[in-house]
Amino acid sequence: MQHPLSPSRIRSGLSLALCFCAFAWRAFAEGPDSIPNTFAPASTPTHEIFDLSLFALTVTGAIFVSVAALLTFVCIRYHNSRSNPTNEPPQVYGSLQVELAWTVIPILIVVVLFLTTARIIFAIQDEPEPANALNVTVIGHQFWWEFRYPSYGIVTANELHIPVSTPQQPEPTFLRLISADVDHSFWVPQLAGKTDLIPNHPNELWMDPHEPGLYLGQCAQFCGVEHAKMLIRVYADTPADFAAWIKDQQQPASNDPAVAVGRRIFETQACMVCHTIKGTRALGTVGPDLTHLMSRATLAAGAALNTPANLRAWVENPATFKPGCLMPAMHLSNQQVDALVAYLSTLR
Amino acid sequence: MSDQTIPVSGSLQAAYPQRGTMLEWLHGWIVTVDHKKLGILYITYALFFLLVGGVEAMLIRIQLMAPHNHVISPEMYDELFTMHGTTMVFLVGMPILFGFANYLVPIMIGARDMAFPRLNAFSFWLTAFGGLLLYYSFLGGFGLYGMGNAPDVGWFAYAPLTGKVFSPGHNVDYWALALIVSGFGTVGTAINIIATTVSLRCKGMTFFRMPLFVWILLVVSALTLVTITPLTAAQVMLLLDRYLGAHFFDAQAGGSPMLWIHFFWIFGHPEVYVLVLPAFAIANEVIPVFSRKAIFGYPAMVAASVGIGFTSLAVWAHHMFTVGMSSAGNSFFVISTMVVGIFTGIKVFNWLATMWGGSITFSTPMLFCTGFLFQFLIAGLTGIMLAVAPWDWQLHNSYFLIAHFHYALVGAIIMCIFAGFYYWFPKATGRMMSETLGKWHFWVFVIGFHMTFDTMHFVGLLGMPRSIYTYEPNRGWDTLNLIISIGAFVQAVGVLIFVWNLVHSYVRGKLAGPDPWDAWTLEWATPSPPPSYNFVVEPEVRSRRPLWDIKHPNDPDWKYEQ
Amino acid sequence: MSDVPIFAHEPWILPARGRVAMWSLIVAESAIFSLFVVAYIYYMGRDQFGPTPSVLDRPILNTVCLLSSSLTIWIAERAIEQGRMRRFAIFWAITILLGLKFLIGTITEFRTLINRDGLTIDANLFGTTFYSLVGLHATHVLVGLVGLSLIMAFTLFGKVNRSHAERIQVFSMYWHFVDAVWVVVFTVVYIVGK
Repeated sequence: MQHPLSPSRIRSGLSLALCFCAFAWRAFAEGPDSIPNTFAPASTPTHEIFDLSLFALTVTGAIFVSVAALLTFVCIRYHNSRSNPTNEPPQVYGSLQVELAWTVIPILIVVVLFLTTARIIFAIQDEPEPANALNVTVIGHQFWWEFRYPSYGIVTANELHIPVSTPQQPEPTFLRLISADVDHSFWVPQLAGKTDLIPNHPNELWMDPHEPGLYLGQCAQFCGVEHAKMLIRVYADTPADFAAWIKDQQQPASNDPAVAVGRRIFETQACMVCHTIKGTRALGTVGPDLTHLMSRATLAAGAALNTPANLRAWVENPATFKPGCLMPAMHLSNQQVDALVAYLSTLR
Repeated sequence: MSDQTIPVSGSLQAAYPQRGTMLEWLHGWIVTVDHKKLGILYITYALFFLLVGGVEAMLIRIQLMAPHNHVISPEMYDELFTMHGTTMVFLVGMPILFGFANYLVPIMIGARDMAFPRLNAFSFWLTAFGGLLLYYSFLGGFGLYGMGNAPDVGWFAYAPLTGKVFSPGHNVDYWALALIVSGFGTVGTAINIIATTVSLRCKGMTFFRMPLFVWILLVVSALTLVTITPLTAAQVMLLLDRYLGAHFFDAQAGGSPMLWIHFFWIFGHPEVYVLVLPAFAIANEVIPVFSRKAIFGYPAMVAASVGIGFTSLAVWAHHMFTVGMSSAGNSFFVISTMVVGIFTGIKVFNWLATMWGGSITFSTPMLFCTGFLFQFLIAGLTGIMLAVAPWDWQLHNSYFLIAHFHYALVGAIIMCIFAGFYYWFPKATGRMMSETLGKWHFWVFVIGFHMTFDTMHFVGLLGMPRSIYTYEPNRGWDTLNLIISIGAFVQAVGVLIFVWNLVHSYVRGKLAGPDPWDAWTLEWATPSPPPSYNFVVEPEVRSRRPLWDIKHPNDPDWKYEQ
Repeated sequence: MSDVPIFAHEPWILPARGRVAMWSLIVAESAIFSLFVVAYIYYMGRDQFGPTPSVLDRPILNTVCLLSSSLTIWIAERAIEQGRMRRFAIFWAITILLGLKFLIGTITEFRTLINRDGLTIDANLFGTTFYSLVGLHATHVLVGLVGLSLIMAFTLFGKVNRSHAERIQVFSMYWHFVDAVWVVVFTVVYIVGK
């Protein structure tokens, strides 16, 4: 892929310095893999942005050092320690040459910076979509994400699975971003710059993770009370893992007679109005698709880990994890909650 | 050359008549049309809301001190950051700068009052009631969560979250109406400042002899005319949507939330310059006086201010690199934004050259201006980083962005406002502010400032978005957020020292005399505080520094200026 | 003790503050109108349902009235400058009548659109932008008429004389502006948008 105009030597030097900084930050962190660090790029667009940011940092850093040095020099050199100046210093009103110089030099800097920037804008934004790209439709809802894979007939939520894209076997993912209600913004710092989800204004975003792993992100445009708990998990899977995941997700929901009571509660209470479980009467699209609920690591858009205890607490009263979320407490009896959770736990 | 001279100080009555009863005193302030009293009213009003907005910031920082904190409910948090932003921009930034303008512009151009004193008073009271209306929403509005509360949709109030469907209560109406009301006041003041500057200059005060402060306020007022009005128009549309069922921003009926984003930033970006230019104006007065030199490159400074004014009208969509504009559109706003950097660069270099070869004394006003220069340099450079659109796709709406604009709003604007307080307090009250407390104020505030806002850059680079009431642990944000919060409290201590200094110096401060800083503009030719008519005889000037000419009859400025 | 020198040469004439202020107000008002015009153009032809701009009739007579009121107020301005108060009063009154005709015309137009075509502000995007833009202009005409009538009342009571020429002219600037805006609105709504 293309790189900015910056001299490679400066870049590698700066990369070293920044890697050091990144390392230092990692030392702060409790779990090293869970930092959505913008300086730890893991896909082609973020690598391009990272290289560009190094170039911009070099330019602005150089300006900062020179101007700050001048300022410091002036403050020290021309400091008058006596409280009352007896003589006024010579008055200088201006100088055309000097002023022209410090107008022209910034103009040149701006031109270079602009050309470099524009090149990357076009490189990332206008990247043509290859034929083998995976298409996913991302729908922003108040406080959760819906992911639709039109080519596979899969609908899931909050946890996006995409294949790893290697230079030998490139398979980028192209996301179509739309919103069901208010503005949101899709941001997974290591994989792509953020792009907003705006009603009546579909957007596009692409990413091609180079390494398998889990990449974290979250909504970056204020969208209401629980904006803070609208987290994103992107799993970059190896081709084999991804194929297996697709196969699993295409299955209808498991139908275990042992938990028929719970299923009946789901189908007779308001649950079915909002949620879909493939193969049952529940076809709602207001909330996340629950067909393979247990294949997800988290609940409520990342607000809690998907453990049996958390699942029970969530079903009983969603406000436990997410006060202000749109899912109501159903006021079920303890037995009903138990049966319901037992049923949900079978949805692998 | 001079045909006659007039004494302008020493022979005048006390500035204000003797205080009568409390009621008379209060009545005097409420019915006043004197530009100086209105200026002080503006500043006091803004200072009050600075403390309110500061308390809101502290509550925000308490909540964010640790991950999964539960001090404040999510609903309350949304109200706090919305009100913090709205307050600081509309009830602190604008009024305080118009307060300085009200006090100083007429007196600096040798006029006795503003062009329309009654309009001036009317504008102030509109602004004041706008602020009260906004805060009444804590009692009267129903927000996203249905309880009595304040606006909670962000100060940018992006549609369609503000629509009746998503904000069923009245708090968005309070937000819109309060800002429309105070916006009318602002436009009134802007018109007044323009008319004053154009029509009431004293004899000899040509446009190119006006102090830079007045020049910049003229540019700011002109900018205000075309800045506040788009917000008013957009808010009227929003209210039409909410009350008459119109569809401007209603996505369900084909309306476009994009239109709001454009309209808001057509207001929002020039607004930043409306706030920051007056800060430059203060620096333009303070830096030369404490460097004992004339401002370097006056025409270039004027040109740069006008240039910033015009360019700022064509950069709004750099707030919108992530909304999905075309590559060409993005590129246009990259270049237009970077052009602003050239103009501000000229300004920074001119200040540097003014100090170069000078004889600098670091009294408190100059200390704050020096801090401003360093911090504004950083704010400008992070601005360039954000203008690099692809990088902005990472930085936008992250704490890096928050750090950047607080560097501009606090590190530059608030610092200059503090400098302005220390510089003109003696003029307005007749008493000096304490230098000792001033230096404590400066150092405590600056240390807190850097703890908070330097750290914010890093937490933003680590992927923390804005407007979130809490965050997940184990993302590398925990320690950094704690440092940010501690820094915020250090800043609060600095502000409290400042407030104490104001109160203490008002009562006990050293008497200042008419011209404590040995300065050069016309306000220092009046007694401190100036009488209500400012000048017994309208002055006449021959250069940009009339008092320099008087103090140095053998080497006056007008010999050198063209 | 400081002294300010005084120089007694060269006349010092500055623009009248009223004119400067009115120009500023006009700039501010233009910004407001621009946004409504932009919104109108942005949503032009985007409606999926409801009445379209084809239901509009071009208000030619109204336009002629409003534009000629600019001429009559100009004659009135000249008249008061020359102290011809009778002529001033007559042409001022004609201006008011022309403005009133325009306002009534707009009201009739709105009534027809609502009753005949079912076009209301919440009908669709066209309704939203049409009523807000034309309504905003009509509001300005209304404000202008109130001002004009006040001055008329003062004139009839004999309180207005030649010394008020400057103020009358400043106020007239506002009326000229309202007329100029109508040219823009008419072009956008009734020519380009139809």
